[in-house]
Amino acid sequence: MTVETTTAGILFLIAVMTAVTLVTRFGGAFVMSFVKINPRIESFINTMASSVLIAIIVPMAVTGDAGALAALITTAVTMLVLRKPLPAIAAGIAAAGVVRYLA
Amino acid sequence: MSVASYSYQLQPARVRVEFFRLLPISLFVVAFGAAFGLAATQKGLEPLQAVLMSATVFAGASQFAAVDMWGAEVSVLPMIAVVFAINSRHLLMGASLYPMLRDVSPGKRYGLLLLLTDANWAVSAQEYQSGRRNLEVILGGGLALWLAWIIGTGLGVYFGGLLQNPKALGLDMVLGCFLLAMALGGKKSPRVLVAWAVAALASLAAWRWLPPNTHVVVGALAGGAIGFFWLERKPTAGVEGSDHDR
Repeated sequence: MTVETTTAGILFLIAVMTAVTLVTRFGGAFVMSFVKINPRIESFINTMASSVLIAIIVPMAVTGDAGALAALITTAVTMLVLRKPLPAIAAGIAAAGVVRYLA
Repeated sequence: MSVASYSYQLQPARVRVEFFRLLPISLFVVAFGAAFGLAATQKGLEPLQAVLMSATVFAGASQFAAVDMWGAEVSVLPMIAVVFAINSRHLLMGASLYPMLRDVSPGKRYGLLLLLTDANWAVSAQEYQSGRRNLEVILGGGLALWLAWIIGTGLGVYFGGLLQNPKALGLDMVLGCFLLAMALGGKKSPRVLVAWAVAALASLAAWRWLPPNTHVVVGALAGGAIGFFWLERKPTAGVEGSDHDR
């Protein structure tokens, strides 16, 4: 099925994207409302939550360019030293900019 | 669960605090939104259509991907598949907040989830690990991020030429750096570190061998499996005893 990108077509596509994204935003909590939360489920949820972060970041680092790698390493080091997120993020972004400027 | 059991009260003052707390990161989101606005108009969307998409979809990576598939015609099913795959991490994120979300009424629960996105979720999830219950950041922080995304898209649509190459400024790494800082700021136990290693390997394997955009969910579920089979020895005040904060 294809939709022509006329005005009506584009509005339809935006509506479809909105609906699909809403399903993902609502779905997790909706399914959980049928699950009894015991310590094992709680443990699963908590470990999964921090694993989401890792599963986003690691492929980004491995498949990214030198700038991406520099950004993540700089953020990690700054965060572990200062334990403050904002300087760590700013340093990481600056590192990406510098490495890409030099490259 | 009875009707009277919605014990979590959202505090307006805290919502405001969280709005301003995520304002700095929202400035970066403005730049990212500008990059999207530029990309969208280059693919033939009208300015208001691009802004409408940002306002209703509010999921950057999937919007870039969808606009990338734009042409004179768009195949609907492939577009649905791509948007769903990229945004499927929301399913896990929403589920992970459920221990807090069950304590608000369904109306508020799904209202909050309208604003669920990576950055405000990461703050809420990390604070929950350390025993603090914070749904206010989903609302307040989410509003800051949502407005920033809309404003950024608008800027990119009308003044896109100002930001030709956001990558040169490192702006594509904002979210990655933010999420990494959140991860490293959280609680680290041997169990968590093992889960992270498993999640890293699984996500890389999925990146390599499974269909595109499945790596986040695969990695997160693999990491979660470690938690399912390896329970923390003593129930710490942080996780199991989170009731005291209600």
